Amino acid sequence: MLAEVRPTHAAALRGPSINPELAARWLVAFLRDELIVRRGIRRAVVGLSGGVDSAVTAYLCARALGAENVYAFRMPYATSSAASLSDAQLVVDDLGINCRTIEITAAVDGYLQFEPEADARRRGNVMARTRMLVLFDQSAKLDALPVGTGNKTERLLGYFTWHADDTPPVNPLGDLFKTQVWALARHLGVPAPLVDKAPSADLEANQTDEGDLGITYARADAILDQLLLGYSDAQLVERGFDAADVALVRRRVESTHWKRHLPTTAMLTNTAINEFYLRPVDF
Amino acid sequence: MQPRSSATAAFDVAILQVKPAKGRYPENLAQIGEAFAQMTADGPAPALVLLPEAATTGYFLEGAVYELALSAERFAADLARTWCEACGDRQVELCCGFYENDDGTYYNSALYLRVGGGSHEIVHVHRKMFLPTYGVFDEERFLSRGRRLQTFESVLGRAAVLICEDMWHAIMPTIAAIKGARVILVPSAAPGRGIDGEREMRSVAHWREILSACAAEHGIYVLYAGLTGFEGGKGMTGSSCIVNPNGSVQVQAPELDACIVRGRVDLREADLARASLPLLGDLHAVLPDLLLDDELPLPKGRPQ
Repeated sequence: MLAEVRPTHAAALRGPSINPELAARWLVAFLRDELIVRRGIRRAVVGLSGGVDSAVTAYLCARALGAENVYAFRMPYATSSAASLSDAQLVVDDLGINCRTIEITAAVDGYLQFEPEADARRRGNVMARTRMLVLFDQSAKLDALPVGTGNKTERLLGYFTWHADDTPPVNPLGDLFKTQVWALARHLGVPAPLVDKAPSADLEANQTDEGDLGITYARADAILDQLLLGYSDAQLVERGFDAADVALVRRRVESTHWKRHLPTTAMLTNTAINEFYLRPVDF
Repeated sequence: MQPRSSATAAFDVAILQVKPAKGRYPENLAQIGEAFAQMTADGPAPALVLLPEAATTGYFLEGAVYELALSAERFAADLARTWCEACGDRQVELCCGFYENDDGTYYNSALYLRVGGGSHEIVHVHRKMFLPTYGVFDEERFLSRGRRLQTFESVLGRAAVLICEDMWHAIMPTIAAIKGARVILVPSAAPGRGIDGEREMRSVAHWREILSACAAEHGIYVLYAGLTGFEGGKGMTGSSCIVNPNGSVQVQAPELDACIVRGRVDLREADLARASLPLLGDLHAVLPDLLLDDELPLPKGRPQ
């Protein structure tokens, strides 16, 4: 009897891979080109949440610009986890970057006192948008550029606050899935507590990303990686993915396309901006 | 009796891997001039200097291409003046990608220019034939396709220019080789993709496989000039290189830095490669039979 060799989908089921050394090299070059070469800005402002995405962003910015040119901001609300602050401090201590803590409680509550019935989702959105207000104002003060921290998984699943987390003009992690960010974090030497803990937006007590999403990042990333290549749900299930997981991921992606675009403008002329009048962002 | 060779000379060549500032044509030309001066500061000028696609403007221009495109004559004059101001009356042949305005028809083109002794001559203009219009690419929205693949006489012998995706279609270098090209020049602008590559972006490795396979199949030199630097988040992969006629890489630049790549083209190597692997000769013999196949969708005569 001859052995038979057949194709498998094992690699697809494992999810997207990454060469973290290569990714780090490219992203450092990206930050230097976007900030220094294109804009002539040598300082970066990063909102340091205590999570892995903003930590990786801070490490990349420190490599690209020098630790002395990175300004981290911790922006806790009254209900934020104490661990978020202490984990962020691990990054600050390891890198030697500048850091300032600005409580957003008074600002957030200053508005929400007029909206006492606001639910957790609305309150979380106000917090996220208040943090972005701080980052942009501090950037103006410091002659710096806010650097975004959103990853590809949360962008695709719509798991972010529109016009908040997604607003910084440059984003090094936006084309990396969460599991790739974890691998990059380990390569860059991000402290283990940040890499190993359950990711959380920390907008509500005991909140975790994977609890909110209803799927683990590992499973979501493996599905997303194939889904974006154009495979149908049936093909993904044939490859060994769970049908309910595939449906969940598909639903989230297809209901959030609008969050990945600029606001919709009514087109009325043949010089409509970004429809007929087309210029690249770096022109 | 001396052995007879199709070419007896070897030539020093250079590739200028540039990182243009988007749309800043005068500044980019000035930077190119500085590099020209550097490459001739301590020795003779290379016989040929190759530059990337869209080397003086950046690649992704969208509608701004209509503001920045130039006639071949104007671009030739600017490039020749840049050379002469940097290097005096030394002779050189230059090949450089640019956006061309041909009386209101726009092309992604590459100019092949002979400069020296206070004058210049346009030897050839290749207009990109395969315009990528998928995914991140949108060339055919703004540009027209070139219609002819021609070879021409260069300082290195018979040569052809293929711009970026032109080179991805194996039939293009094959036709160039059939038409006598010993050297193929590839100005390119390739945004990097594939972060799971072994030591470089997967797209860089894929490019090198294409260049090496083409060089080895036809016994030709391939000179590849890659644009570098980020354009709105898209990182151009540089990696300019010279591939020998046996498919080996003579020299390769890094991905993300502007630099000068120096190398040597020795057409005797091409003779040896073709002697040890005479695939091009075999193709010459078989090609008429292949083209007589009635199932091939070949037009009768050139479309008007």
